[in-house]
Amino acid sequence: MSGASAPLLAVRDLRVSYRVGPGGARLQAVAGVSFELARAETLAIVGESGSGKSSIARALLRLTPADSGAALFAGDDLLQLAGVRLQAMRRRVQLIFQDPTSSLDPRMSIGESVAEPLRVFEPQLGTAQRAARVLAMLQVVGLASEHLTRLPHEFSGGEAQRIAIARALILHPVLLVCDEPLSALDVSIKSQIGNLLKDLQQQMQLSLLFISHDLTAVRFACDRVLVLYLGRVMETASRDALFTEPRHPYTRALLASVPVPDPSAARARRARPPLQGEIPSPLSPPSGCVFRTRCPLAVERCARETPALRAVGDSQVACHRAEELARTDA
Amino acid sequence: MSTQHGAEGGLLQIRSLTVSYPHAGAQLDVVRDVDLDVGTGEIVGLVGESGCGKTQLLLALLGLNGARAQRRGSIHYRGRELLGADPASLRQVRGAEIGMVFQDPMTALNPYLTIGQQITEMRRVHRGDGARAAERHAITMLEAVHIADAARQLRRYPHELSGGMRQRAMIAMALSAEPRLLLADEPTTSLDVTVQAQILSLLRELRERTGIAMVLVTHDMGVIAEMADRVAVMYAGGIVEQAGCEQLFSQARHPYTEALHYCVPRLDEPPPPRLTTIGGAPPSPAARPAGCAFEPRCLYRSDICRRRSPALLETTPGHWKACHHDGPLGKLREAAA
Repeated sequence: MSGASAPLLAVRDLRVSYRVGPGGARLQAVAGVSFELARAETLAIVGESGSGKSSIARALLRLTPADSGAALFAGDDLLQLAGVRLQAMRRRVQLIFQDPTSSLDPRMSIGESVAEPLRVFEPQLGTAQRAARVLAMLQVVGLASEHLTRLPHEFSGGEAQRIAIARALILHPVLLVCDEPLSALDVSIKSQIGNLLKDLQQQMQLSLLFISHDLTAVRFACDRVLVLYLGRVMETASRDALFTEPRHPYTRALLASVPVPDPSAARARRARPPLQGEIPSPLSPPSGCVFRTRCPLAVERCARETPALRAVGDSQVACHRAEELARTDA
Repeated sequence: MSTQHGAEGGLLQIRSLTVSYPHAGAQLDVVRDVDLDVGTGEIVGLVGESGCGKTQLLLALLGLNGARAQRRGSIHYRGRELLGADPASLRQVRGAEIGMVFQDPMTALNPYLTIGQQITEMRRVHRGDGARAAERHAITMLEAVHIADAARQLRRYPHELSGGMRQRAMIAMALSAEPRLLLADEPTTSLDVTVQAQILSLLRELRERTGIAMVLVTHDMGVIAEMADRVAVMYAGGIVEQAGCEQLFSQARHPYTEALHYCVPRLDEPPPPRLTTIGGAPPSPAARPAGCAFEPRCLYRSDICRRRSPALLETTPGHWKACHHDGPLGKLREAAA
């Protein structure tokens, strides 16, 4: 947690919207999200599709314009940077995507792909120095010199993700944004890459923004979790608090929906009906609490009043009934 | 090859099924010598990683592997041989007898036709219904998959529905000609986890109500545990272990099954400091090891594994494995602990 030192990244009331259709209707993808990320901390942003998690990442990296808000990063507002200072930020904040093969240039050898950030940001390096840095980085992610001249299509998904990690880390960024980094990988490969990311995070003291819908991966990789629904924060807590004592009805439903690889546990689960319905359209979000249309605990107040995010136990929760729920649990 | 008697009231018997494609002057086997039975009303889970052949196996049952594919062996469905059957009778089986649900409903549904047009077509082609009767039936089907306001939804196009609704519509379509067997290829993989829970519960409910049998392809052991009566684990084109669901989870006998089991941490157990892993990656069909395909990644390998490919043998009644290792497993469980 942030503690005494200032956080590396402080996001304040971030709003992102997209124009849809010719009528000029605006889709509010991120509707006022605030969070902090400490140095060397891993924060997960979880939520289902349409929750706005990728929009947050894209806005912070300036790939999508934000409507308003601030993102203070080492004294600068990421959302206001321009020109040389924006360039300098790109060196310190790097990104890994879900699909490693499509994030690599198919005509560039692996050596060239991993060297490219160095060519752009450290042009003073000689050829030999650059080659040495590339090889050292490839070895860090578990690849070898014989891979340097190969093209992306010659690699499996797991190897391609290693290459993408090497390319993202070769400039020694301080913040790494990972958008579903494990989701496209097979079971037996996912755990290899999950361990690699965690090792590198610790060795390089990286701050990680880990965007994922995969709760098992999140629980392994992250220190703290932010649960999003329809562009709003429902709950944020330390990993252990969130997974052992989820406070928001949505967090509870999410955790209860993950199939458990155990037939007897699965039978017990069947007795509880799954959460009904689907995430509503962000074009016409429900009044009050946006989760209320699917919430098994919704009361009349939930339609009238938007719940504020506030401390309940060790968590921050945006639910009118959170205190009541916490008492019933105790 | 041995026969399997796991399924009472056999609906489908697959024997020695091999599917291969020509590649660089050779035939590459993407499905290798598979035996699998499906009983009436039974849910058989087919689990494995990408490229293990599970989708090709499903497509082979419907004769949809494509013109370049070669299929050998036998696919016996209710007294009929499907492999090599003429196109007309295969068309009759597809849809009417065996329905299929794909991973991505957006690419499986025709974007130019309404949901109603697509569902009623099944009924008109396979059951000879007139337009009015087919539409009445389509409404019943949409209600059966819990789509509210069914009559209005029939007029909508696939892109107007959410992902979960599209998958429900595809299930309704696959079931509308009342098939006895449903093939479901990763039916919930592209859905959010809360919607996945709804669709799995719907599939279970449909089985209870109609007695339809299913072959459910997935890479997720959690989905298997939720759904399957019996499980076949595939690796590199072949079945490496097959058992009743409870048995497969309580006493896995193949090292690859053990890996699938322990490489994913469970949410109902304390988080591990490190994830359990096995090294390497599945081999491509062009570069399979000569002996056991799993040997290079196996924690229990011995000399014979490199030389001879193990046959799928019944070790205890109803439990089959293709592995030379006879001793206990447990190395990954220890590593995980």
